[in-house]
Amino acid sequence: MSKQITIPFGPQHPVLPEPLHLDLVLEDEKVVDVIPTIGYVHRGLEKLVEKREYTEYVFIAERICGICSFIHSQAYVQGIEQIMGLEIPERAQYLRTIWSEYSRLHSHLLWLGCFADSMGFESVFMNSWRLREHILNDLEATTGGRVIQGVCKVAGVRRDITPEKLDEMVKGLRGIEHELQDLTNVFLHDSSIQHRLKGIGVLKKEDAYQLGAVGPTARGSGVAIDIRETGYAAFGKINFRPVVEHDGDCYARCAIRAKEMFTSIDIIEQCAKKIPDGPVDMKVTGAPDGEYFSRAEQPRGEVIHYIKGNGKKNLLRHRVRTPTFTNIPPLITLLKGCDLADVPVIVLTIDPCIGCAER
Amino acid sequence: MMEPQTILPIGVGDVVPKAEQAKRDGKRLVQIGCTKIGDDFEIIYVYDKDYQLTSYRITVKQADEIPSISSVYFGAFVYENEIHDLYGIHVTGINIDFKGTFYKTTIKHPFSVTIVKEDDSCQNK
Repeated sequence: MSKQITIPFGPQHPVLPEPLHLDLVLEDEKVVDVIPTIGYVHRGLEKLVEKREYTEYVFIAERICGICSFIHSQAYVQGIEQIMGLEIPERAQYLRTIWSEYSRLHSHLLWLGCFADSMGFESVFMNSWRLREHILNDLEATTGGRVIQGVCKVAGVRRDITPEKLDEMVKGLRGIEHELQDLTNVFLHDSSIQHRLKGIGVLKKEDAYQLGAVGPTARGSGVAIDIRETGYAAFGKINFRPVVEHDGDCYARCAIRAKEMFTSIDIIEQCAKKIPDGPVDMKVTGAPDGEYFSRAEQPRGEVIHYIKGNGKKNLLRHRVRTPTFTNIPPLITLLKGCDLADVPVIVLTIDPCIGCAER
Repeated sequence: MMEPQTILPIGVGDVVPKAEQAKRDGKRLVQIGCTKIGDDFEIIYVYDKDYQLTSYRITVKQADEIPSISSVYFGAFVYENEIHDLYGIHVTGINIDFKGTFYKTTIKHPFSVTIVKEDDSCQNK
């Protein structure tokens, strides 16, 4: 047996925008064990339910993450509405679906750019972020915010989108679709990228399921978990199929995100066609008394907001299980047996969001 | 409206057998979470299969020890270390035990303390 050495990876590393530390135990160039450490920027946001009323707390829930902020607020208010038995207007459900798919598009394009940049593929990086600007502009035009939308509230949404604007949004997305196709074609068919990703960091289907992997990390290994299939918001009225790959390697996880962008565009178009007229919010009285696990599908996978109230304005507990948090154990399995040089690429293929994990 | 959810109360001694049963039934571990209610701590274990949640709740005191299910579900260590660091509840037999260093917090076991809502002068202006 070769001599084992331990080298630190992170918390400051060129491919990591946020602090994650891995102790990599190596034999020669092979990783034989991994000890992850987080907790550098734990904020304790969940504790603020004791100081903020449940209606105000939406703004804090939304600030758990700066990428999938809208879906955090959506999952939170969904939980409150379930406990209080509120049937919110159908138009609000469709609007939430549209904005959550815009969030997915912007997150996947952000990730695609960062991932390309980490491999030195600067043109893909710049084109991804150029296309992402189109998504962010639509988000800003319809919600007022590019990163934090602030548009979700208990029992509805704060803003409506006019039919003309919806048409314009769909046309705009169809307009950039061929550019997205060109971008993903380069990404998925370029020989150097394939060489870098195929057969690297393989997560078997059984391991992905048993280790609790979610999102593209699970679906890339053939585990077809997509919480949108439960039909929350307007997803129950939309035809779509989760994108699933079976190879379980870095390439499969990347292909999932690339293909999911086109699914999101289809969902938005269907919503624009089916959205009914009507109000976008309703009056709320009282306070939640009960508990609920509210689930939603974020760009990185299933998020769970556990909410417990006792009929008072301040909740007893709000606990968020984010996708990155549950994707840490699969990451350990992914890294065991890989070459040291592949560690940065493998880490990025789970699209880690430490801001979420450290909520 | 979405599906109704029930959380079944169990004893501390049933935690590992229920986890083993869940694994045999082909369920995945979704999360373990803790809530402080008065002097008690409620810990909920949530499993999922085909989008159907199965949840078990144990109620313990801070001084109590609870067994780890990381020997059944490897990924449980992140939740169990979190419960230890935020609530101060000792979990025995964790496969990767950070011994209180999973989160670096200014206040020891910060979620075991209840904040009393104080008058916020900014809000009242």
